[in-house]
Amino acid sequence: MTEEFEPKIVGFLCNWCSYAGADLAGVSRIQYPPNLRIIRVMCSGRVDPAFILEAFRSGADGVLIAGCHPGDCHYIAGNYKAQRRGILLKKLLEQFGVEPQRLKIEFVSASEGAKFAAVVKEMVETIKKLGPSPLKVQMEGLTYASG
Amino acid sequence: MEQSQKKTSRIGVFVCHCGVNIGGVVNVPEVVEYAKTLPDVVYAEDNLYTCSSDGLNKIKESIAKYNLNRVIVASCTPRTHEPLFRATCEEAGVNKYLFEMANIREHCSWAHMHEHERATEKAKDIVRMAVAKARLLQPQTEPEIDVTPSALVIGGGISGIIAALCLADQRFKVSLVEKEPELGGMLRNLHKLYPTMQDASEGLEHFIQAVKSNKSIDVFTSTVVKEVKGFIGNFKVTLQKGNSETANLDIGTIVVATGATIFEPVGMYGYGEHENVITQLQLERLLKEGQLKKPEKVVMIQCVGSREEKGRTYCSRVCCMTALKNAMFIRELYPETDVYLLYRDLQTYGQHYEHHHREAQEKGIRFIKYAQEKPPEVVAGKNGKLEVNVYHALLGEQIKIESDLVVLSTPLIQHKDAKELSKMLKVPLGSDGFFFEAHVKLRPIEFATDGIYVCGTAHSPKDTAESVSQAFGVASRAAIPMALKRLRTEAITALVDEDLCSGCRICEAVCEYSAIEMQEKEGKQTSKVLEALCKGCGTCGASCPTGAITMRHFTDNQLVAQVRAAPQVAKEVTKHD
Repeated sequence: MTEEFEPKIVGFLCNWCSYAGADLAGVSRIQYPPNLRIIRVMCSGRVDPAFILEAFRSGADGVLIAGCHPGDCHYIAGNYKAQRRGILLKKLLEQFGVEPQRLKIEFVSASEGAKFAAVVKEMVETIKKLGPSPLKVQMEGLTYASG
Repeated sequence: MEQSQKKTSRIGVFVCHCGVNIGGVVNVPEVVEYAKTLPDVVYAEDNLYTCSSDGLNKIKESIAKYNLNRVIVASCTPRTHEPLFRATCEEAGVNKYLFEMANIREHCSWAHMHEHERATEKAKDIVRMAVAKARLLQPQTEPEIDVTPSALVIGGGISGIIAALCLADQRFKVSLVEKEPELGGMLRNLHKLYPTMQDASEGLEHFIQAVKSNKSIDVFTSTVVKEVKGFIGNFKVTLQKGNSETANLDIGTIVVATGATIFEPVGMYGYGEHENVITQLQLERLLKEGQLKKPEKVVMIQCVGSREEKGRTYCSRVCCMTALKNAMFIRELYPETDVYLLYRDLQTYGQHYEHHHREAQEKGIRFIKYAQEKPPEVVAGKNGKLEVNVYHALLGEQIKIESDLVVLSTPLIQHKDAKELSKMLKVPLGSDGFFFEAHVKLRPIEFATDGIYVCGTAHSPKDTAESVSQAFGVASRAAIPMALKRLRTEAITALVDEDLCSGCRICEAVCEYSAIEMQEKEGKQTSKVLEALCKGCGTCGASCPTGAITMRHFTDNQLVAQVRAAPQVAKEVTKHD
């Protein structure tokens, strides 16, 4: 591996706040590393923990869930539910041998383009330090073995 | 509802250059070629502007020519352009829920302008994820709802008054709510209005009377909005007057016209310490009431608490003209009085204002440019006077002015209670505290939330003329759903598979809208979605332990397909599928 490790991060962004925040980052031409792949959901409360596990299983090095700030949720309290699930899931990930820092739950409003870019930047740096996801390493090993 | 999945998807992908906005960063032809290799993609092309009439026609022609039943446009954000492309699909006979957007501008080319190769790879990934979802999309039928022909206007300043009158002119019922005991807002405190220099009260009184005598407008003063429930066309609003009295209203659309207040510069330039350091707003009141005693020298300081490095970084827009107006008025009133205007940058923008700047120079107002890093100092001088020390940035020397009166131009800021209203309405405030529109250029007076609109200084600092223009605009926008009487709403609602449902009631517990109720069928408890109440957040779907809940248009299958497509490397994808 001579190339620098570039993590792939899957991001679930709520339509009303965080997706709009990511739009604003673009509109404002705030530059951040191109490692995030965004999936739009109506509410961060839509994010089933199974989706997150699926992302890691599919080779993601990190997962970001971003929703409205506490009290600002377009659907009253979906963001609280996302946060609670996220906290539990971090514990589960740890037991699977996946560092909990690979899952990040953030609040980004529609006006926080700069914050969105900063969140992505910081997450990319964190995961670069951690290296590729242990699940991916493990599975790639398996793929080579069986292939 | 997923029975028609057997029918093969025939996907068309349209990749937009957006002039150089995308094409200048992302290698668009390469993305097109890549799209052609993806499963079920039968056609792909690039367009200079997919949203142009040429581009839209190409979509329609291609749907017919290649028998497309799914369409993907890889361009900008769905938050602005999805409705346009959806309408195009409908025109060509493709259900609008079979359209998917790949955001390769806001989320890609604009955010990675200097990384052409990696941006191109990311654009391919985004298109691949869109294809993964599009393959599984299902047509939907949108439910129709009635719209209550009654508007709520929050705020009884000039913006709210104009909006209310204009809505009433269109024969809609209007409830105008003002928290103060009287209508009029900020204009009640102002003396003259630039550029015409007419009395602020003159125009205002006329409009207040018009509102009060209009039978279509109910005016609620000393009243606040206590609760807002529901959605476009069907808001349930509770008002509260004083501590007890409440009123319940059925509302179709809502206009936010709550205005702004001014920043109190306590501790700056001796404000709060010396009696003769006042704000422009206090000066307005003195002039209005004829209470200003003849000063020998007046110093006005601009940008006090605005255009800061952090916090209030914005320009308050009205202060330069306000200061010029008041400076000239003082010179007219007391021709022997010297007026100094200490500014950082004088912004008398636009058609009518620049000549006021020249006029002020001709009338002998003394302009002194100061630098942000060397702000003026105001200290107590002799005989109750103030000593203003300022470094003249153009002359490059320190100047001392013995002054009787120092007037601080402070910015308009958001009201403290705006946060509460923003939470109640589920509409955002920007980082500067003002209400944040759906799109600065394309949707400047409406929120992303349907049926709620904004005008005047609640949105950003602006003067009376600008606020009035916005109020007319907002009255037109807010009237549209009411004029239509019926609306189609998003078909993004939840659906329960009764066979899979175990009756655990978790979905019922997590639903914030009481849109799920339990029913008994053949001795088995199952949950049921009340479609009219469901807002489509999908929290129930994420909570269902048996996978019995389908979130329309954001199904588990569709999202998992996107998730699986995301981390792949572009080259691998055809092999995998």
